[in-house]
Amino acid sequence: MNGKQGDCSYSAARRFTLWSLQRRAAPYLFLLPFLILFFGFVLYPLANSVILSFEKTAGPRLTRFAGLTHFRFLLHDWLFWVAVLNTIGFAIAFLCLQIPASLALALLLNSPLVRFRNFFRFAFFSSNLVGQAFAAVLFTLLLVPRAGLVNRMLGAVWPSLLELDWKSDPRFARVAILMAALWLSVGYGMIYFLAALQAVDQELYDAARADGAGAWSRFWHVTLPQIRPVTVFLILVGTVGSLSLFELPYVFFQGPGPQFAGLTIVQYLFTQGFGAGDLGYASAIAWALVALIGTVTLVQIKIFRGAGEHP
Amino acid sequence: MSATRSALKRPAFALRALAVHAALLAAAAVGLAPFLWMCCAAFKRPEDVFGSAFLPPHPLHDLTPGNFAMLFHSTPFARWLLNSLFVSSTQTVLVVTFSSLGGFALAKYRFRGKKPLLGLMLLTLVLPALALLPGAYLLMYDFGWINSYAAIIVPGSVSVLGMFLFRQAMLSVPDDLLHAARVDGCSEIRIWWEIALPIVRPMVGAYTLLSFLGAWNSYLWPQVVLQDQAKFTLPIGLAGMLSLPEYQTQYGVLMAGTLLSVLPVMLLFFVLQKDFVSGLASGAIK
Repeated sequence: MNGKQGDCSYSAARRFTLWSLQRRAAPYLFLLPFLILFFGFVLYPLANSVILSFEKTAGPRLTRFAGLTHFRFLLHDWLFWVAVLNTIGFAIAFLCLQIPASLALALLLNSPLVRFRNFFRFAFFSSNLVGQAFAAVLFTLLLVPRAGLVNRMLGAVWPSLLELDWKSDPRFARVAILMAALWLSVGYGMIYFLAALQAVDQELYDAARADGAGAWSRFWHVTLPQIRPVTVFLILVGTVGSLSLFELPYVFFQGPGPQFAGLTIVQYLFTQGFGAGDLGYASAIAWALVALIGTVTLVQIKIFRGAGEHP
Repeated sequence: MSATRSALKRPAFALRALAVHAALLAAAAVGLAPFLWMCCAAFKRPEDVFGSAFLPPHPLHDLTPGNFAMLFHSTPFARWLLNSLFVSSTQTVLVVTFSSLGGFALAKYRFRGKKPLLGLMLLTLVLPALALLPGAYLLMYDFGWINSYAAIIVPGSVSVLGMFLFRQAMLSVPDDLLHAARVDGCSEIRIWWEIALPIVRPMVGAYTLLSFLGAWNSYLWPQVVLQDQAKFTLPIGLAGMLSLPEYQTQYGVLMAGTLLSVLPVMLLFFVLQKDFVSGLASGAIK
């Protein structure tokens, strides 16, 4: 196309063909590394996981077709359902706390009165950089009876809580995981909410004020509708993330926890597939999880769409 | 208008400012206290851990680097640190390169098969990555990659999310600029390197940090494929120490290890902070 720009000497004509070749091949060459890896290490293993879920396995290479055996077994596997209930319970509790907490922090931080905004933003966000496994080690020690920071703080208010052993009572075990998860992710949500709040058109507030809207009414009728897309995004991301919970409870309890309180779906997948070596059953668990995440997010999207039409 | 208002209500304003800052400080304290406690515990002698919440009564005298010495002497922590640095940086360089190349091709070229490819990519984007875990393990087994870094680095250098992020960013590169470069005799690969990449620099920064964080903190997959203690990365090495009775009560040593594990990503965040926040934010609003 732009080869016409060159002059018409002999060598230029030869270069022209090479030139147009590198031009035409460019997109394919640019995509090549991605394509090889995408087909080899994403699509192929994915297909493998589908096939595996219909196979009985004993070790990686001994397989035979088993039909729906795994899925039928899954229905009656009480430990699997314990994991499902734990995971869903965690996801609900997590979202109900994370979203409002993140929004509250962002609203505070967005106030024009605030000074040292960058310091606060860093203070809230920095914990999000810590990996779940590291956070589990950290919280193990924060929650050590007598010595841990949290136990000390609680003990200062209520002395008997100083000796509280978070890892032995299922109720406290759940609270511990929830605390660690919130510490990790409230700042993350805050960053998104803050960006959305800063993008709200100030004229909308001025107009609402001119109409005599109070602070609460402005928040309800201007702010909330404006930050809706980010809220939906955070709820979806939080749902997928919390339904995939694994490392935090696994490292914290070094196993399923007291009365399986820390057993999540992914942990069950992990122990079945890579502890017990039953890759077929692990695949079935994986697809059950995919179905759960898919259903929940689809329902959420549907609700948000429906609610959006009647503000 | 608002200036006169604030002048009229000055005491009320000051009070509100105070309340906002008090609330923010309280929240910041909750966010930072675990770090502070970790830093203190990492330098405390074992007998002081139970004595005081943060600093011991005579900080200059009682704080020691002894926990770090023990960490490096009695565990392969130094090896884990190097392993993590090697695996995470290799993987990050590869995934940023491949994603920016591919994203550029998707954004700025017309070619056959683009639509089906995008559809396929979108499909895997909505599938949780966990679904390919058993299949990927089988593949690693067939390749003989179990217990090797290839099992982490090679599958880790492909990211559909990265492709979409870079495609989105590259769409903003003006076509005229690319045409002008071609007229000047610039090859396609140089166009990518010298024109497109500098324009999407914030995305490069944000995605570099994002990938490095993901690789550095990754636990599940390395735990699945790595077997030798000498090959462990930091998350599995450190988390494994929790299961060993001789370290379970060595709070100082564990905190020294956690501190050193968290520090590198904190430093990287400081360097790339601006790009990261703007990159995250622009991605969310679009």
